[in-house]
Amino acid sequence: MPDPSDQFPPTSPGLPPEPAKIGVRKKSLLHPIVLSRVSKTYRLDTVDVPALVAIDLVILQDRFTVISGPSGSGKTTLLNLIGCIDRPDEGRIMISGRGVHTLDDDALSDFRGRELGFIFQNFNLLPVLTAFENVEYPLTLEGVAPAKRRDRALQLLAAVGLEAHAHKRPGQLSGGQRQRVAIARALARRPRIVLADEPTANLDSKTGSEIIDLMRDMQRRHHVSFIFSSHDPKVIEAADDVVYIHDGRISSIERRLALPKEPA
Amino acid sequence: MIGAVSLAWRNLLRNRRRSLMTLLAMLLGLMAVLLFGGYIRDITYSLQTNFVVSSGHLQIQHRDYFRLGTGNPAAYAIEDYERIIQSLQRDPTLGPMLVVTTPSLQFGAIAGNFASSVSRTVYVTGIVVDDQNRMRRWNDYGQRDLSSRNLSLSGTPVNTAIIGTGLARVLKLCGPLAVKDCEPETVSADTSGSALPSDIAALAGSVAKPAPVATDGQRPRMEILAASPRGAPNVADLRVLAAEFQGVKELDDVYVALHLAQAQKLVFGSARPRVTAIALQLQHTAQLPAARERVRELLDTTFKGEPLTVLDYEELNPFYGQTLAMFRAIFGFIAILMGAIVLFTVSNTMSMAVVERTAEIGTLRAIGLRRGGIRQIFVFEGLLLGCLGAVLGITLSLAAAALINALDLTWVPPGRIEQVPLAVRLIGEGTMLTVSAVGLIVVAALSALVPAARASRMNIVDALRHA
Repeated sequence: MPDPSDQFPPTSPGLPPEPAKIGVRKKSLLHPIVLSRVSKTYRLDTVDVPALVAIDLVILQDRFTVISGPSGSGKTTLLNLIGCIDRPDEGRIMISGRGVHTLDDDALSDFRGRELGFIFQNFNLLPVLTAFENVEYPLTLEGVAPAKRRDRALQLLAAVGLEAHAHKRPGQLSGGQRQRVAIARALARRPRIVLADEPTANLDSKTGSEIIDLMRDMQRRHHVSFIFSSHDPKVIEAADDVVYIHDGRISSIERRLALPKEPA
Repeated sequence: MIGAVSLAWRNLLRNRRRSLMTLLAMLLGLMAVLLFGGYIRDITYSLQTNFVVSSGHLQIQHRDYFRLGTGNPAAYAIEDYERIIQSLQRDPTLGPMLVVTTPSLQFGAIAGNFASSVSRTVYVTGIVVDDQNRMRRWNDYGQRDLSSRNLSLSGTPVNTAIIGTGLARVLKLCGPLAVKDCEPETVSADTSGSALPSDIAALAGSVAKPAPVATDGQRPRMEILAASPRGAPNVADLRVLAAEFQGVKELDDVYVALHLAQAQKLVFGSARPRVTAIALQLQHTAQLPAARERVRELLDTTFKGEPLTVLDYEELNPFYGQTLAMFRAIFGFIAILMGAIVLFTVSNTMSMAVVERTAEIGTLRAIGLRRGGIRQIFVFEGLLLGCLGAVLGITLSLAAAALINALDLTWVPPGRIEQVPLAVRLIGEGTMLTVSAVGLIVVAALSALVPAARASRMNIVDALRHA
């Protein structure tokens, strides 16, 4: 039986007609994330609550993609599955050409560390570490040499405008500053994909806009795919692609950028 | 640099009060174990010293004397003991280890104060006083305030004796020997019935008066009756120098110490003198295994034809082994109790930390830390607490031991006749300190294992919801 992830386009509403051609080309480059018939059901007491139902989705690389929908629609569950911090009950998930649904826990941890970066709604910085150390920590896990770690962490803090606050702990930083540190941490290991769950939800309007601009800027400079779950209009406005989800099913996909052309 | 240890340390400092309380519980546990262990160690050395100064590290006896010979010492005595002592002292292996090699004769007899018409069976020990005085100077463990005064028999004529205070009371010698609790014997007046005739009452009164004690100058007299090897009675008329408490009432009521020559004369008369034991005191207890082995070799070769055996002080004094076993059991009980307290305290602290840091655990897992990494963080926190507890616990225990020792407290342990220092011996007890410290660290690390495992098994999505 052929692997559904190799069949482009997967049968899902809102997919552009071009992916058939794109799929023939460098799939790992152009289609970093492929979900095929992915389902997830949560059990609340004795009741099964379907969070996602047979999702087929292709998320293109190097895009600013937003998964949007009302509360309880399943957008966070979808983001968690793409972020490999949850497992589907059914279906397959291919990221960068790897079937992550087949990986064991340690391999999945390594994969997350190597390929993915995370930005959380509540920032989730380690309170006992300084801003610099929070950014440095993922590099420590990777075993990067101390000098290189230091350079990279300072570079990233400078990129998010926090070099002056490098030695402050999260408790000494504002919400916007914490989210900037989180963005720097997410990019520390040069991931292919950064996932952000409602990154502006706990920020005021102005700071939220600044954070969106910063992420947009970082996405362009670092050539990283940013995938958000959000219903913030400003985030949706800034997106390249918007995946609308309702009751655990994709209702539509809005692709605002032209699909990459085949190389000559 | 953020290593696992650094992260663990910072997390401990995060909730200082809780970490401090946990540390305090560990400190108290370790200190209790170490101070009690140090106290037991001092008692062990004290007991050992007590036995070694009185009966040596080793004794050569007739092979059946220890089991059967106390009732008939002549039948289980050592022939030609002086030649054996000379051979032991001249032996190139054994000789350098020996401090004192001395003979002794122990036997049962009847002691009487015939002037008071009282007598009782006694246990007589004949000793070479100068040798015994040298043995009393042995102090391999540097015991404080150890009584090294000479025996009361030192420099006295051969016909003198020391007796137990209980025996002095029984023999009605307690008055002249200034023994405490020496009540004069009284006859209760019977007031019931009709009055006695005056002449009979006067006679009864004269009988009830204490008999005069036979004394020679200031020293009261006592007679000892013993049986010769052929069953003939031998009697010695002795001067009692002093009554000394022997620690245990059963011994105190029957104890008589004589010069060896006098004891031999009593048992063997004009026959060739013999002894029931040859005591060997070594320079150090650590030499005991080697010395015993060498004595056995000599008994199997040089003295092959003689029915001799060698016993160490533990075999000769079963009380020693029983006491140590009892203290070991108490120590083990306390150590287990303290270990359990530390285990539950650290485990509780770690469990609370896991609950409080659930979101962080989710974050760390999300950014790529494996389950093992999460386990490591919490186990390191336990280890760090254990190491801190061990270092501080040992330091404070040493300080507390020094304080206790400086107070010069004393007590009279069972089996002793005089006050001994109540001391805690930790200095030089490297093994005990190391084992206790390592034990604490291991318990602390083990305590963290279950919470750490629980943290590592957390579902990442659920953990992140706690943010």
